[in-house]
This record gives sequence, structure tokens and C-alpha cells, in this order.
Amino acid sequence: MARALYIHWPFCLKKCPYCDFNSHVRAGVDVAAWQAALLADMRHEAGLASGEALESIFFGGGTPSLMPPSLVGALLEEAERLWGFAPGIEITLEANPSSVEASKFADLADAGVGRVSLGLQSLDNAALKFLGRLHSAEEGLAALEVAQKQFRRVSFDLIYALPGQSVENWRGELERALGFGTDHLSLYQLTIEPGTRFATDVRCGAFAPLEDDPAADLFALTRELTDAAGIPAYEISNHARPGEQSRHNLTYWRYHDYCGIGPGAHGRRGGVATVRHKKPENFLAAVSAAGNRISESRELGSREQAAEALLMGLRLAEGVDLARLSARFGLPAASMIDADRLRLLTDLSLVWQRGDRIGVTPSGMPLLDALLGELVSGELVAA
Amino acid sequence: MTDLALIRNFSIIAHIDHGKSTLADRLIQFTGGLTEREMSAQVLDNMDIEKERGITIKAQTVRLNYTAKDGLTYQLNLMDTPGHVDFAYEVSRSLAACEGALLVVDAAQGVEAQTLANVYQSIEHDHEIVPVINKIDLPAAEPEQVRKEIEDIIGIDASEAVLASAKSGIGIAEILEAIVTKIPPPKGDRDAPLKAMLVDSWYDPYLGVVILVRVIAGTIRKGLHVKFMQGGTDHLIDRVGFMSPKIEQTKELAAGEIGFITAQIKEVAQAKVGDTITTVKNGATEALAGFKEVQPVVFCGMFPVDAAEFEKLRDSIGKLRLNDASFSFETESSAALGFGFRCGFLGLLHLEIIQERLTREYDMDLITTAPSVVYRIQLNKSRTDPAQELMLHNPADYPDPSRIEQIDEPWIKATIYTPDEYLGSILKLCQDRRGIQLDLTYVGGRAQITYELPLNEVVFDFYDRLKSISRGYASFDYEQIGLREGDLVKMSILVNNEPVDALSMIVHRGVAEARGRHMCERLKDLIPRHLFKIPVQAAIGGKVIARETIAAMRKDVTAKCYGGDISRKKKLLDKQKKGKAKMREYGNVSIPQEAFIAALRMGEE
Repeated sequence: MARALYIHWPFCLKKCPYCDFNSHVRAGVDVAAWQAALLADMRHEAGLASGEALESIFFGGGTPSLMPPSLVGALLEEAERLWGFAPGIEITLEANPSSVEASKFADLADAGVGRVSLGLQSLDNAALKFLGRLHSAEEGLAALEVAQKQFRRVSFDLIYALPGQSVENWRGELERALGFGTDHLSLYQLTIEPGTRFATDVRCGAFAPLEDDPAADLFALTRELTDAAGIPAYEISNHARPGEQSRHNLTYWRYHDYCGIGPGAHGRRGGVATVRHKKPENFLAAVSAAGNRISESRELGSREQAAEALLMGLRLAEGVDLARLSARFGLPAASMIDADRLRLLTDLSLVWQRGDRIGVTPSGMPLLDALLGELVSGELVAA
Repeated sequence: MTDLALIRNFSIIAHIDHGKSTLADRLIQFTGGLTEREMSAQVLDNMDIEKERGITIKAQTVRLNYTAKDGLTYQLNLMDTPGHVDFAYEVSRSLAACEGALLVVDAAQGVEAQTLANVYQSIEHDHEIVPVINKIDLPAAEPEQVRKEIEDIIGIDASEAVLASAKSGIGIAEILEAIVTKIPPPKGDRDAPLKAMLVDSWYDPYLGVVILVRVIAGTIRKGLHVKFMQGGTDHLIDRVGFMSPKIEQTKELAAGEIGFITAQIKEVAQAKVGDTITTVKNGATEALAGFKEVQPVVFCGMFPVDAAEFEKLRDSIGKLRLNDASFSFETESSAALGFGFRCGFLGLLHLEIIQERLTREYDMDLITTAPSVVYRIQLNKSRTDPAQELMLHNPADYPDPSRIEQIDEPWIKATIYTPDEYLGSILKLCQDRRGIQLDLTYVGGRAQITYELPLNEVVFDFYDRLKSISRGYASFDYEQIGLREGDLVKMSILVNNEPVDALSMIVHRGVAEARGRHMCERLKDLIPRHLFKIPVQAAIGGKVIARETIAAMRKDVTAKCYGGDISRKKKLLDKQKKGKAKMREYGNVSIPQEAFIAALRMGEE
């Protein structure tokens, strides 16, 4: 049963042009109604998947730092009552680095949040403007300082491989970022997601995404600098000092169960995939209407689960344990991984094998999607 | 039975687009063969492709009853001839069935190469030529200029050429009158033993094989027991008739007349064009002159894109063959493309027509390999095999080079007719294709060039290059002139050091390097990057003559992936896997079907 809980807060002050997450801009949010709905959803979920104490909670969005700290407190209180908290539980909240939000950090910490993930995105004002962010670089750094005072664990996000970005430019920015001394960093290459404003911009020729070759150079540089700084990658885009990995996110990548509540939240429990209504209004209506289903759920076959486990697990530097996956899904390892391809890719030093474990090498990581297409056996893929 | 003096048999000679079919339609309409309602545009071209391309593939023939100014009613047999050089033999038989021809020339475009070839053939058959200058109502029409061209180039009197516009119905009556007064009636002894020339045949789902005949001597009638002198088969005639253009049955066809017969024949392959039909009893002893077995000259492989459609392709090809005995096929298997067929054609256009019909009428997705011609190879004797000669029409069957004594390749004589401004580029093209210039003359601002060219250089995108460098103005015609020795080699294409059978070709040593480089460059763009770098090489035997390298892929990764993205990621993986299933694998390299198709496509630079 799940030991990780994800809570989705779907509201933003402004939709960022690169973001394809479930986020919505609304004039006013009825906090009381949302508190009631999220609590009801949580109780509903706990009724299906409780019994083990929670080891992590993650407030994602949207912009969860827009939530009143009292609401965060109420949700955490209820979660603890329903599931119980394991010692040292990791409670993370995604936060925008604006001055308004920074002023709430102390209260959020009081409410129980122990870790924040700050959406800094860039240290450069021109880049922040391009990315459609509302904060300035200076404001962001000030928020980071407040966060580092208020929370024991702080991570921040940067987006790189922007159009035209040079190796020198990224080196300068990343070196500065490493100088702030956080124990965790999420460094994402800009990806043009379908349905976003950036996708439209690219289609209209407003700008061209950075090409693969220079993007690959930036990826390699990122690895080099973070390794040297003692904050190596443990996942494609996530870096941490030893022991400082996001335990909540590791739940996803290790393909353990997790509960997801709030609009559009996904969950995995006992081979069942769940997803809530995406649109905030529909979600509220579903929760308040007695007897209405809050979530859709779909049972996953063992092959589908194995495929999901592989495509998440191989994102991690630690790789996956084939013997354990084999036991967990009742499938022979040979039916999960294409042995010929594994041999070829190992020869090319893109994949490593150690005993029952296989994983992607640092040079293979920027090619992961292509590698998955080769490695994951056709038997696991829908006909 | 119509009196010989009241019969006229004629064909229409015209370049593509000069209005042959429209004119035929007008003649049918004018003489009342069909009512307005029955006329679908261009009755004679009854295949979709014919209508679209404006060319005739299968000859059709129509009988028109025309009451002339002299008050007599004439039987006019309009023989529609195939309009393309690939069908030169069929054209020659159609012409042999007539005594005259209408020469239709576009008043704006003038005489074209193809017109010339056919008109010369017609003259060789001693035809009376009636010039018609068509499309005179076009703003760009220059009938006087064209009249002069006909006299200068073709050398016939055009002073009485009929000025017409088939589209607008101008000059139709004059044309009909000219047919009656200028073209001589046929000759023929109606009491002599039967001799009928098999002009064409086609498969009709209700009637079986329908045979078009021109009776040369005697009379053919229902119930007659006949034999095909070349084919060596006997048949009982069960129908005799003509097309008006509706099918009309009649009692008999006598010498001088043109019409059709059916005789419960199942395959058109049994009815060879040019064969002589006579009676089993008291028949003619000597067959008509001019018969020829048609041989395919251009070959290519045709494979279904979806391997599961092989049987469907077999069925479809079989059905087409029912109606087209001139194309041949046999099973072929390729490591790259799976199971398919090696098909033989009369020429490139014939190839394209079959390909298009398979795609369009039978809904097949096809990969067509590079066209190849037939080579004659003399082999030395080896320890185990005697010296021998073989005809090679598939590069995959290329023998051990050490045993090859000599290779001969087919050559053609090409006539190209072009506006002066494109002459330079066309000469260069012919020169690049190993051409030997025979003649170059000017007629009224246009050049007529005669070249000898190896056919294998022509099947390799020559038409398309010619069309593009002359913006479509140059016209081209050719005849085969036999085999000549050539310094020919097999060029293989290797992808990641493995030969890709479907891409190998036989080329002249002198152009191999250029051709190889071109192919490697093209494949470099067509094969997607892989996780490792891929050498693409062209080689003759063990010697690499061109090489390109496809760089390794550097980035293909989803930057962000959390709890909500798992399902989406899985869907992407499914899609990726499905895409891979459509590729062919060579030395760990997945080559997309499109890459084969594009690499093999003729004429793209």
C-alpha cells in the first residue's frame, strides 16, 4: 500500500508558456470549498489505500505556494490522522520565488513543510522574461535566501538549453547556481510540449528550439559541473548530495505505489492507475456530488506495469533490478528486456549490467528515450 | 456486309494533349454513335489513368456510320492507337489495320517528337495522311506557322489541312468529309481463305477475352472454327460484332472491316497482338507479315509495404495481367523488402501505369525498386560449369564477376525535339548519360537531336531530368537498336557494412562513382540517426567507391517525468515500438520504408 501522497493545487497567477501541467488561472479561489473537497478526496483515497504510514507528501501544482498555510496545515493534519506519519517523513512543497510567497515560508514551515522546491528557472532576467515568469532574478535569489533560512531542505529548478544558449552562458549560470549551496537541484532542458504556447510559437517560427547537438553538449557540461561540485545526477534532470534525493520522487521512479489527490492527480496503487478530473470545477462537482466517482481507475496488466517500471526506473542512475521486477510482475526477465539489444547497447557503453541490475550510463542518459525503444521488449508493448 | 468502296479505316496520330481523344469523341457525337447523355467525357479512354494523363493505353476502336456529301453512307472505323513509345509494336499493328490517318497537331504547340515517330510509321504503312490543325481557337494558335512546320518537318502537303477545334466542335464536318474523300478504301478478296489480323485484345468480365480484328481476306462469322497461326491454338467463335462504341453484335465481318470476336478465351496472353486468325478447315497457309513476340525490356521489383499484403499483391497483379499480356511477373524475395514480384515491362511508362493501377485500383501500398534493363552476360567456363550465356534482369542475380567474359546492354536511338534555349542542357544530359550524337538539325527555332543512348541510363531518371531541364517543352521518343558491349559492374550499397540487396544496381564503370556518391548522400539524409554512427558505402566488389557517415544520435530524452507522466510516457513508447516495427533492419540499422522508397525513386535530385 502507498506510502507516498501527492496533493495537487491546480491554480497559478499566470500560465507559463512552456508548462503543460494541469494548471489553471482563476480570478478567485474559494479556499473553504477547496479545503473541504481536498479533505474529502483524501478520506476517500485513504479508505482505499491506507494501512501504512506515509513516508513522503508532495504538494505540487499549479502553484501550491499560493495555498494559505492554514490550508496546508489542515491537509497535513488530516493526512497524519488517516495514514500516520513515518519518522522523518519528507514533506515537500513547490514554491514560486516571489516576495509575496517568500513572506509565507515561515508559516508554511510551521504548518509542517520541511522541504521546498523553488521554481527559480533562471538567474537571468532576459531568460525569465522569455520563460514568462513573473519574478525577477533578484527577487528569486532573495526568496531562495529566505527559504534556506526557513526550511531544512531546499531545492530549486533551472531551465536550460534555451534557444541560442551557449556553453559559456550555461556554464556561468550553473556555476553560480552551484554556489548557493543547496543540497538538491532540478536542471531541466527546455522541452517544447504539445499544446503549450511555446509549441505554437515554434510552429509559427517565433523561435527555434536549441538543436539536439548543442543541447547534448549542455547536458554533458551539466553532468561534469555537478559531479565536480559533489551534487551528481541521480536521475536524468535531478541532482542531489548523498542522502538528499527527493524521496517522494524516488517513489515514482522506483515504481512504488503512491496516492494522488486533487484535480488531475495520478496515482498507482496495487496495480491500479487512478486519475482525478482535471478541470478544477469538475473536480469540485465530483467531490461534492454524493456517490459520484472522484477518480477514474484502470487496472494495469503485469506487462504494462513492467514496462512502466522500466521506463521510470531506467531514469535513475541506480538503474533497475531485473530479478526483483521479474519476481514482482511474474514475468521472466527475457520477456521484459531484449537481450540482443542489451548486449549491443552494453558494447556501445550506453547501458551497464551488474549482476541482476541494469542501468543507463552517463553517456546513455541523454539518449534514454531511444534506448528504451530498443531495450524494452516488444512483448511488454501494447499490440 | 458493307461494300469495300464504302469503308474507311483510319487512326489518329497526335502528341499527348494535342486533342486526340476529344476529337474522337466529337466524331462519335457528330455521327450519332452516342447520345449526349451517353457521352462521358472522352469515351475512348476508358481507364481512369488514361483519362487523367490524357494518353491511351489500350486501343479502342469505334465504327461510325457517316452519310457524306455524295449521299452515300460510309462505314468509318476509327482505330484509336496507344499514344506512347512503350507500345510501339501495338501501334504498328494498329496502323497496319488502317489505310490512312488523321495527323492532329496542336495549333499553339506545333509538331512534337512523338508525333513524328508515329507519323513516320504511318507513312511506312503507305497511309494517306490527313493533317488536322487543332485548337485553332486558342489565343496562342498559329495555324499558318504550324502548317509550315508540318510541311518542313514531316514533308507532307499541308495546304489542305483542316483547321479545327475539337473542343468547340469547329471543323468536325470537314474532317469527316476529308476522311471519305482522301483516305482510300481497303482492299481484300472476300472469297479467299480467311486471314484476320489480331490487333488487340482485352479482358471483359462478362464476355471473357475480346479480340479486335481487322479482316484482311475472307469472312469471319459466328460458329466458325478458327486457329491462331502464331499462338497455335484453336477456338470456336461465339460472337462477332463491332463497337458503336456500344457493343453491337453482327453476323459477320468481311475483308476490309474491323470489329471484334469472342471465342471463350480465358487469358489475353493467348491472344498475341499481330497473330493471324484463319479457319481450321481450308485455312490460309501463310501468316501475315509483321508478327513479333513482345519482350519486356525494363524490370523492377514490386513489394508490398505491408508484408501481410503479399497475397493481395499476387491477386492484383494476376488480375492486371489478365488484361495486359505484355507485362510479366515472377516471385522475388528480398532481405530488405520481403516477398514481392520481379516484373517486366515494355518501358518506363508501362511500368508507371502498372504501378499506378496497383496503387489506385487495387489499393496497394508498394515499394518499387530501381528499374533495370536486361543484360546479356557471357560466362567463361568454370571448374564446375560450362561457358554459357545468360540474360540478367535482376542485379541480385549478378554472377561471380571473375567468370564474366562480356556484358552487353541494350541501346536505343532517341529523338528529342526541343525549343532552342534548352538545347545546351539537353546535350549535356545526353553526353552525361553516355550518349552518342548522331544528328542535330534545326527546324523553325526548334532543334531535333538524335542520340544513341544505353537504355539503362534512360531508365535511371532520364525522362524526369529531361522534363525538368526543358520545363516540360522537350519531347522524347525512342526505338531499340540492339545490344552492345559495355563496361558494366554491379554496385552494392552497404549500410553499417552490410549490403542492402534492394539498393544494388548495375552501372557503367564510368558513372559508378558519381551514382554511388549520390546514393550515399541521399541515404545519409534518409536514414535517421541511430545510437551509433553508421557508415553508408557504395562498393564495386570489395572496393569502396563512395562513403558517407551518419553521425550518432546525441539527444533523445524526456527531461521531466513524474507520477502524472507515466501513462503518457508509456503511450509514447508504444508508438515508438510500432514505428520500429515498420522498419527493415540491416546490420542493426533500422531503415524506414520511406527511405527505400525515396532512395529508389527515379528522378529526384
